[in-house]
Amino acid sequence: MNRRQAEEYFFRGLMFISSTFIIMVLCHIIYSILSAGLPHLNWDMISKVPEGGYYFGKGGGILNAIIGSLYVAVGATSLALAIGLPVALFMNIHLTKWKKIVNGIRFLMDLLCGIPSIVYGAFGFTLMIFFGLRTSLLAGIITVTVFIVPIMIRAIDEVLMTIPRGLFESALSLGSTKSEISYRVFFKQSIAGIITAILLSFGRAIGDAASVLLTTGYTDYIPTSLNQPTATLPLAIFFQLSSPILEVRQRAYASAVILIAIILFISLLARILTYSYKKNKINY
Amino acid sequence: MDQPEISIRNLNLSFEKQQILKNINVDIPRHKITVIMGPSGCGKTTLMRCMNRLTDLNTQAKVSGNIFIGDRDILNTNDDITEIRKMMGLLAQRPYPLPMNIFNNVAYGLRISGRKKKRFLEKRVEHYLRQVNLWEEVKDRLRDPAAVLSIGQQQRLCLARGLAVDPRIILADEPTSALDPISSQLIEEKFAELKSSYTIVMVTHILRQARRIADHVVFMYMGEVIEQGPANEFFENPQMEMTKSYLKGLFY
Repeated sequence: MNRRQAEEYFFRGLMFISSTFIIMVLCHIIYSILSAGLPHLNWDMISKVPEGGYYFGKGGGILNAIIGSLYVAVGATSLALAIGLPVALFMNIHLTKWKKIVNGIRFLMDLLCGIPSIVYGAFGFTLMIFFGLRTSLLAGIITVTVFIVPIMIRAIDEVLMTIPRGLFESALSLGSTKSEISYRVFFKQSIAGIITAILLSFGRAIGDAASVLLTTGYTDYIPTSLNQPTATLPLAIFFQLSSPILEVRQRAYASAVILIAIILFISLLARILTYSYKKNKINY
Repeated sequence: MDQPEISIRNLNLSFEKQQILKNINVDIPRHKITVIMGPSGCGKTTLMRCMNRLTDLNTQAKVSGNIFIGDRDILNTNDDITEIRKMMGLLAQRPYPLPMNIFNNVAYGLRISGRKKKRFLEKRVEHYLRQVNLWEEVKDRLRDPAAVLSIGQQQRLCLARGLAVDPRIILADEPTSALDPISSQLIEEKFAELKSSYTIVMVTHILRQARRIADHVVFMYMGEVIEQGPANEFFENPQMEMTKSYLKGLFY
């Protein structure tokens, strides 16, 4: 066996070991959550709000947190898409001439993606005080939106960057305006990637505890308006996990199972949607 | 020569500090195939991109001079640029079909210019697909995505799509370089038919292709036009030493 072959085997082995390792770690996390949570998951958990003394092991469920989290995540993801999609299209279509500005924006967005969510939580909190808002669903949605907008923009931007320049130029020479290219050509070509971006942002929005810690408050009731405080799943898990009572800690794992199930369901839905939308995509 | 379709006067283009086009003066005759020829990197594609103002997309490119279509200077005008680009259909080096079905690819140009009636669109799409000999191949699958077509069919689809916006001029930038010989031949034959109603400008570095289809030749080298004229004179009796050696295959 010569040196080049040995090198090949060595690096292939290295890749195999690291892939196996990371897959095993992930499987172990999922296994430990499922084994700790599934036995304690029951219909009451997902169909009832907490009854008095729930946090001391009495009856009830966490429907308030499930609904609250969905409200926050769906609200924030929709807002982030409404802001992020135009920004990403603008960067890739209207600003193509000014590469330096676009790269500057990209750098800034990457920086924002790296800021811990507790900082966004604190920022949201100061905003709330400034506008005289109380801890509420609205404040939570706004904070989470600010937190996921950079992620949304960069994820869509990465997809738009893969569109070849020739397609842009071809569409221009057919006499299209830049907005026509945005929504008739680029949007259609990148729809699968946009769905992935939505999914990524949604996952971050529903799973993050720190950004809602200071802004949504916590309540046992399901909010009926934007001004009311709301519970969220990550916080429900956090509060239950820090309980001294074993039964409540076990419920925390059951809540984690619910959170994972929601994310799994959304992912599958997105895959199915992607599949039917990407048939017109051109593979260059 | 009759009034030329496109007259380029004193065109200079520099990119950062490098001058790509040096004082270009070219006349492109109406309803003929003009071939812009020359070795790689001589500026022939850049010259073509000036004509439909794709050079606008680059802030570092500094352009000066005039390009007249008829009496109108399209380089120094504040007119609607989409309308200028619509006068010229572009056929790129490789096909870039739009991410939609075959029918909508051709209907796209009609739709954005406000022609939206279904009956009208169906008639026009069929007309243009027939014009590029693609109708028989796709008539049963007009709603399939354009991506299912072969690359040669895609290039003809792009030609049909370009014709659908009713241009006066067809700009073709090495349109056959990604195609197999049979698909290339189909495109060449199409050009020979289309020249009765369109002015065709084609960039190529394939000498034999130029000989086959050119009516008028512009020969460029290092950003300068070395020689231009009717094809038979150019190939039979070139004036410049550089042209002679290029035609002999001494450099490319």
